[in-house]
Amino acid sequence: MPKTETPQPLPGQAATGSVSDAGGFGGRALTPSESSETVPWHRRRGFERALSVLSPILIIAIWELGARAGVIDIRFFPAPSRIFQSFLEMLRPTEDYPRGELLTHFGDSLGRIVIGFVLGAVPGIAIGLAMGLIGWVRALIQPLVDGTYPIPKIAILPLFIMLLGIGEESKYAIIAVAVIYQVLINTVAGVRNIDRIYLDVGKNFHASRLMMFLDVALPGALPVILTGLKLGMGVALLVIVSAEFVGAKSGIGYLIWSSWQVFQIEKMYVGLLLSATLGFGSAILLNYLEQKLVPWKPR
Amino acid sequence: MTGMGKAETSPAGANGSAKIRLRGVEKHFFVRGRRVDALATLDLDIRSGEFFCIVGPSGCGKTTLLRILAGLVGRSAGTIEVVRDSDEATTARGTATARPLNSMVFQEASIFPWMNVRDNVAFGLKARGFDRRDRYAIADPYIRNVGLGGFEDALPHQLSGGMKQRVSIARALANDPELLLMDEPFAALDEQTKLLLQAELLRIWEESRKTVLYVTHSIDEAIVLADRILVMSARPGRVKDIIDVASVFGRPRQVDAVKSSPHYGEVFGRVWGLLRDEVTAAREEEDRRNAKD
Repeated sequence: MPKTETPQPLPGQAATGSVSDAGGFGGRALTPSESSETVPWHRRRGFERALSVLSPILIIAIWELGARAGVIDIRFFPAPSRIFQSFLEMLRPTEDYPRGELLTHFGDSLGRIVIGFVLGAVPGIAIGLAMGLIGWVRALIQPLVDGTYPIPKIAILPLFIMLLGIGEESKYAIIAVAVIYQVLINTVAGVRNIDRIYLDVGKNFHASRLMMFLDVALPGALPVILTGLKLGMGVALLVIVSAEFVGAKSGIGYLIWSSWQVFQIEKMYVGLLLSATLGFGSAILLNYLEQKLVPWKPR
Repeated sequence: MTGMGKAETSPAGANGSAKIRLRGVEKHFFVRGRRVDALATLDLDIRSGEFFCIVGPSGCGKTTLLRILAGLVGRSAGTIEVVRDSDEATTARGTATARPLNSMVFQEASIFPWMNVRDNVAFGLKARGFDRRDRYAIADPYIRNVGLGGFEDALPHQLSGGMKQRVSIARALANDPELLLMDEPFAALDEQTKLLLQAELLRIWEESRKTVLYVTHSIDEAIVLADRILVMSARPGRVKDIIDVASVFGRPRQVDAVKSSPHYGEVFGRVWGLLRDEVTAAREEEDRRNAKD
């Protein structure tokens, strides 16, 4: 009977020849008329891909040559090779940093982010689901969220240091607060925007409140919740670096700030590189998570 | 206002062959302070094991009637009585064995995109408290029966529109409701798929002989499927007439045999004759409303 209806490919085959994959770097799918025969060379995908790889390499090359030739002020822009050298030096264990300076700062920031992120994301999703599904919970909490959301999160760091001390707890707290807003707001939006039909199905089939939460609202809101997690991670990176500028003795923010103060500019650049790595890595991780958790989302 | 959940139920036998008894059912709602009557005093008896189709002009309240029966919206007045096939279920309410009063097959894609076919079909069973092994054991034959054997683990986005509606039908059937409610389930499908699924539905229904309430805007579909066709008036919806199709086309029924029968045109003419004035009336009212705004 299903013979006459063509089923779409099953999981294993999904990627082969799928149009959604055709975006590539340019994010532009080929239209049927654009076969490789007729497309001019400067519009071919291979060329665009090569450009995307070449542009950062080109910038670094110009920077390096400029620094060596004395065209660029190396007090502010030390040659990339010098920064790389500094990077390698910082990997070595020293008396102050038995794990190496680089890994110590990177690891400390990473630990703070992971713990703070989880502390913010889990209650953010739970409260957001309740607010999305239950009217009186929303009425109770929404004004509190709206009223405090505009406060820049870093502005409450002094309060947290006062309450929790200069140690790790205040860092976890400030990240958790930064994350919880993004996750909560997006979770509420996700639940509120679930297609009515799914709630009708739940109601018609007499799903319990727990099933409405776990089998309908949570997965239905998941695509938007993941957007919230991504935004939350962005804010978390922002907040942790700023918090470490002033209130820490380790971490990427501390590395950047202290290197600047003693004018070790190469180390400061290494710090920038580390924060970029952290941002890039977390984005990859969350995108992977999205693919695993929301396989039905059109891509 | 009470939904279906509070509809009175009584054990079988006491009420002859009536399965659902609607008395004075009304529905009105307010749009910008103005009262709009969706359903005007509806009295209706639907027999046990009957395939009952409802046709009417758009906006006549046929979907509203179905949603009232499904417990998704309340009614403004009247009583709805559903006769249970056995009193076993009424005593076991709230336990895994309780049969639900009704399950609905919706018009648009309503299966959960985040669940595979098996979990979608077993959804109602999970809500009723069956554990995983039991509900899969119940769901799997229904999945095969709608022709989706081998697709148990597929996710909906891997299925075609017709296959999704098959899942939706299996989900409602697996729940073993007293009453199957279907709201234009094939309206969004292409013509060929629709023909196939109508034939499938006839076959499946023949096996279970469940009481079905089927809303459609297609006269053709109503004739092919129904024992009786209710023609509803333009808004506010009321019973215009009920046409007995079962006396013309017996069971079991073949879709092609019905369509090529000389009686087909005759029945079609009768239904369309009743419907035409209502469709015109509905359109005139709509034009009037548009002109006013």
